[in-house]
Amino acid sequence: MSTVTAHGSTHHEAHGDEHQEHHHHETFITKYVFSQDHKTIAKQFLVTGIIWAIIGGLFSVIFRLQLGNPEATYPFLEDFLGHWAKGGKLQPEFYYALVTMHGTILVFFVLTAGLSGTFANFLIPLQIGARDMASPMLNMLSYWFFFLASVIMMGSLFVQTGPASGGWTVYPPLSALGDASSGSKIGMDLWLVSMAMFVVSSLLGGLNYITTILNMRTKGMSMTRMPLTIWALFFTAVLGVLSFPVLLSGAILLLFDRNLGTSFFLSDIVVAGKIMPNEGGSAILFQHLFWFLGHPEVYIILLPAMGMSSEILSVNSRKPIFGYMAMVGSLFAITILAFLVWAHHMFVTGLNPFLGSVFVLLTLLIAVPSAIKVFNWLTTLWRGNIRFTPGMLFAIGFVSLFISGGLTGIFLGNSALDIHLHDTYFVIAHFHIVMGVASFFGMFAGVYHWYPKMFGRYLNNTLAYIHFWVTIVGAYLIFWPMHYEGLAGMPRRYYDFSNWESFKNFGGLNQFISIIALIVFAAQLMFVINFFYSIWKGRKVTNQNPWGANTLEWTAPIRPGHGNWPGEIPEVHRWPYDYGKDGKEFIPQDVPVGADESKH
Amino acid sequence: METEVIKPKNKIHPHKFTLWVGIGSIVMMFAGLTSAYIVKRNQAGWVTYDLPRSFWYSTLIIIFSSITLHLSAKAFKERAMSKYRMLILSTLILGVLFIVLQFMGFKNLYDQGLDWKSHVSVSFFWVIVLLHAAHVIGGIIALIVMFLKAFSTKTRIYSMVPIDLICTYWHFVDVLWIYLLIFIIMIK
Repeated sequence: MSTVTAHGSTHHEAHGDEHQEHHHHETFITKYVFSQDHKTIAKQFLVTGIIWAIIGGLFSVIFRLQLGNPEATYPFLEDFLGHWAKGGKLQPEFYYALVTMHGTILVFFVLTAGLSGTFANFLIPLQIGARDMASPMLNMLSYWFFFLASVIMMGSLFVQTGPASGGWTVYPPLSALGDASSGSKIGMDLWLVSMAMFVVSSLLGGLNYITTILNMRTKGMSMTRMPLTIWALFFTAVLGVLSFPVLLSGAILLLFDRNLGTSFFLSDIVVAGKIMPNEGGSAILFQHLFWFLGHPEVYIILLPAMGMSSEILSVNSRKPIFGYMAMVGSLFAITILAFLVWAHHMFVTGLNPFLGSVFVLLTLLIAVPSAIKVFNWLTTLWRGNIRFTPGMLFAIGFVSLFISGGLTGIFLGNSALDIHLHDTYFVIAHFHIVMGVASFFGMFAGVYHWYPKMFGRYLNNTLAYIHFWVTIVGAYLIFWPMHYEGLAGMPRRYYDFSNWESFKNFGGLNQFISIIALIVFAAQLMFVINFFYSIWKGRKVTNQNPWGANTLEWTAPIRPGHGNWPGEIPEVHRWPYDYGKDGKEFIPQDVPVGADESKH
Repeated sequence: METEVIKPKNKIHPHKFTLWVGIGSIVMMFAGLTSAYIVKRNQAGWVTYDLPRSFWYSTLIIIFSSITLHLSAKAFKERAMSKYRMLILSTLILGVLFIVLQFMGFKNLYDQGLDWKSHVSVSFFWVIVLLHAAHVIGGIIALIVMFLKAFSTKTRIYSMVPIDLICTYWHFVDVLWIYLLIFIIMIK
């Protein structure tokens, strides 16, 4: 028998025997600030993510003001934006900074760290039956690297020349030459340093998630008995661990180009009549390195939402998930394909058309596992005893948005159509629906569903329902019209469309979108108020298993301490989807299989 | 009724497993850089240059250090502590020597006018090799910690895990260097 180490015990040794050590004396600092408890770290990720979401969302509202009413001035803007909104008019340079930071914040800080960081940390140990992560120390470091990245990125908002403004994809030469624009100066360096910290945070987190899932499962928790949330978080971590380093290598080369005079991505550049000395580099090379991460990143954002929605749909339909193994298989297929489609972001870079057609084929193949998942979600709902909890509504909303946004992916994945649609509002509409809003819905579903476990209190239901309906209707009203604008050729990232005869007729539509964006943002603020108010004043949870769910987290106390279960870790005897089996409404995973029980 | 058969499993230690996943991650970073190198190599205007000898000597040194580290782990297992201390110190010295030789190699390149910004092919060499050296320095820091612990009179260490971890990592940076060297020679 091997010796028992603090967090390195084998399956059957992981029971109870480690619990004692978690009762050491904790101070405020070790309990809430430099905590090594996965649940506290999850909440730290969530709260930081919410703060970033408010900032990122606010940025979109500000640039929507500009897009909706390009002629108008807003004196109040000057009060807090200073020279960026001289005379109450948003300056073009700052408009670009806002769209760049909106993308960066939402993609990385909210939907990667805020989503994976929160739910992987919170759910992995609780759902697989572990006292904590494989390495709580690395886990804590993962949050603090994220915090450091956040501080640096936040700092870049306050430098005189402004934050990075070359788009969230930071393509060279705008990102590689300090003289290219105001947002190419110190703001861009801070962006790169912040992202390097962010990558370190993601890697530390990812290493931990993978190791914990593969090594720390409780007795009986075979891989095929894992909840789909865990499967999704596992594949997400694999994607992150394999793709983020490639972004890091691109960022390092970019830092060299910017500060040490190398020419990895630069060649034959003229800035304001001055010929730059850089020779021999290739801007396209950066796009390859960026999108090798950038595309898996889409799935890093999407998969946790898929996993959580699968779980919530099954629990609240009171039915087993349809096609469990097909769900796992499709997650696996998406993970593999995610690495093989990056060049579909680069169809118009002069890519060899034959190579392009290979990427078209691989891209369209993603429709297969995606369709399997959608089919299984719908068949899980089919004839279920659906309970429309707020979490459930958001999970259903996720499926709806995934279908709507996924369908337009078939258009964009086609290299011939992409020539017309590339860099238009069609693309904006597509990825906001399928990746942005859909993942937000998965995240909201997760927050509403697991809030009672996180804080021992419920969120206010009335506010939750208002939040859902305003957001789902608003999301469609904002992004649906953008498809038409994009088909008409309206390009993204433009500061003012009123200069072009062909886009003038979209003025009214742009105004409408901006008004809805404002309303949807207000609804999100309402959610934030509900979230923080309920932590202290929400209705208390009195039932250990309020949703009647089968997974292990609901066998832990209402407010579990560090170590999760006061006694032994429960043993697992079945898969997590025994709903409506043999006339029983639900059978938790820790209930032994009865002698007369039918097989699932 | 379903009966569950619990098979005794010889599971890998979570820290070792974490290290392996981390190694996968580092491999991806160097894969990104070396594939970028290949893409650039096939474009016009690529220049070739001869590798200074120091880099070849550093290769011998790092291979030798892997052997001493392997022997030190063996000595630790046999509880031959004085032998273990001597071997871990040797590894540490060889690790530092590796960095010194690489530094000399870079100095040589610089003196020839082949600095990091002279040409993109040379820039790649600088970045890739420096990044590798940074990983070796990480290993050296770990070796210093191991060395200090080995001489500490306050604590006695019996666990094989830390030494196994450093062995795996060190052999990895060794193999990584050999890969990078072959790569750079083959795809000049």
